[in-house]
Amino acid sequence: MPTKNESITQELRQKARHLLESGQVAAFLGYTSGSVPMVMKPFVARKPEDAERLEWNSFCVLNLANYLPPLLRSFEPPRRPNDPPPEGPLPKVGVAATGCWSRNMVVQVQENQMERERVVIIGISSRGMVDRKKVLNAVNHAEITSVKEEDNSLLVKGPGLEEEINRWDVIRDNCQTCVHPDPVIFDEMIGQLQGDRDIQDRFRQVEEIENLSAQDRWQWFTSEIDSCIRCYACRNACPLCYCPTCFVDDSRPQWVGKSREPVDTAIFHILRAYHCAGRCTDCGSCESACPMGIRMRILTKKLQKDVLDLYGTEAGMSIQQPLPLSTYKMDDPQDFVLTESFKGEKK
Amino acid sequence: MNDKAKNQKDWEPKIIAFLCNWCSYAGADLAGVSRYQYPPSLRIVRVPCSGRVSANMILDALRSGADGVLVSGCHPGDCHYISGNYYARRRFAVLKNFLEFIGIEPGRVNFSWISASEGEQFAEVAKEVTSRVKKLGPARHLVKEF
Repeated sequence: MPTKNESITQELRQKARHLLESGQVAAFLGYTSGSVPMVMKPFVARKPEDAERLEWNSFCVLNLANYLPPLLRSFEPPRRPNDPPPEGPLPKVGVAATGCWSRNMVVQVQENQMERERVVIIGISSRGMVDRKKVLNAVNHAEITSVKEEDNSLLVKGPGLEEEINRWDVIRDNCQTCVHPDPVIFDEMIGQLQGDRDIQDRFRQVEEIENLSAQDRWQWFTSEIDSCIRCYACRNACPLCYCPTCFVDDSRPQWVGKSREPVDTAIFHILRAYHCAGRCTDCGSCESACPMGIRMRILTKKLQKDVLDLYGTEAGMSIQQPLPLSTYKMDDPQDFVLTESFKGEKK
Repeated sequence: MNDKAKNQKDWEPKIIAFLCNWCSYAGADLAGVSRYQYPPSLRIVRVPCSGRVSANMILDALRSGADGVLVSGCHPGDCHYISGNYYARRRFAVLKNFLEFIGIEPGRVNFSWISASEGEQFAEVAKEVTSRVKKLGPARHLVKEF
């Protein structure tokens, strides 16, 4: 009896092969096994036989939406910024997408980073991805040479190590609190939609910090980012970070210094998170990509919570619904504005 | 700012004020022309619209040693560019909460709406912001020592 992920892998290969053979897509974006256990690498299948290399398991932590716009552009004839768009239909690309990835694709469509017509999305309802760091913690950082995945457990093996770990215990924080595991846009589905999950305390991590005093919050923030080496892996893994020149690379004006000076690291993390406000789908790529184990996802989660509280919308739920910070209402809350609070006092 | 200055009793805060060209800057001008008294702690930066002010600028002001920041634009509905301040309002609401979340004291970063005819209100806001920042003392969290 194949496990759920094995049957998804089979169906994914079949669908990708069909798309490539029939010429519907020029390439298919998915995952293949990496060179070490628990690390998968994004993979572009360009020939039907490549489809056999596609894999699906619980370690596909990076967001494939991140690779989609550059991949699509690679199939366009080269042109300069002011040249007109090429005539005629352009080649399409197929891609596998879970809930959060598909929401990021919606954001990219809304932000004109890609066209919906040019992607064939194979939807997969997500069962949550495994946090490699949690597995390593569970075995006290012993060497792991192989991991075999069952539906609800992981069998971890290494020199002098054989341990069965409950899968849900090592699922990433963002997947544990995910409410929308189903893809919002797709052309074909693998498996069934599971519907929204009912999570009561999805913002628990954020609320714990909100309840601290200002001083303790600053303490938390600085200690969280203390180990940051400014490798920008979080930025590079993020499907929202596509600016040709990132603010960290600007030199005139230089918004943030390039050293590991604590102030500059703090400003980098504040601005990186803030630039994702109203756009972040909490896919957790940033955290999964971080080599130092910084939980910078809590920052974007806070922004997500505020945007939901203030404007009642979440990013990427539908192509028709504009992104919360690129639209407005006449009667948006404005108690934070000084002159408005004066008015309140006078009443 | 060196420690000596921080300990001085007669410390005056430095506050960067981003004022929109069409309303708040004119409001500040009117406050001056009408001879309303307000604290000399504001350093005014004239911007085309409150929508022009990005989080980058606010944080850059703090990083460069400002003790407080004030961003002021036209009243909602009065924007010279029709909707600039509506967008700004959403962004600032989120930014203010976010900065407080990571431990910046409430009162460091302030927002207000001041029209070109509200000279008196500008003076009031300047007093209020200055007294808030004075209560908090010199900024420590995001100041870079160059």
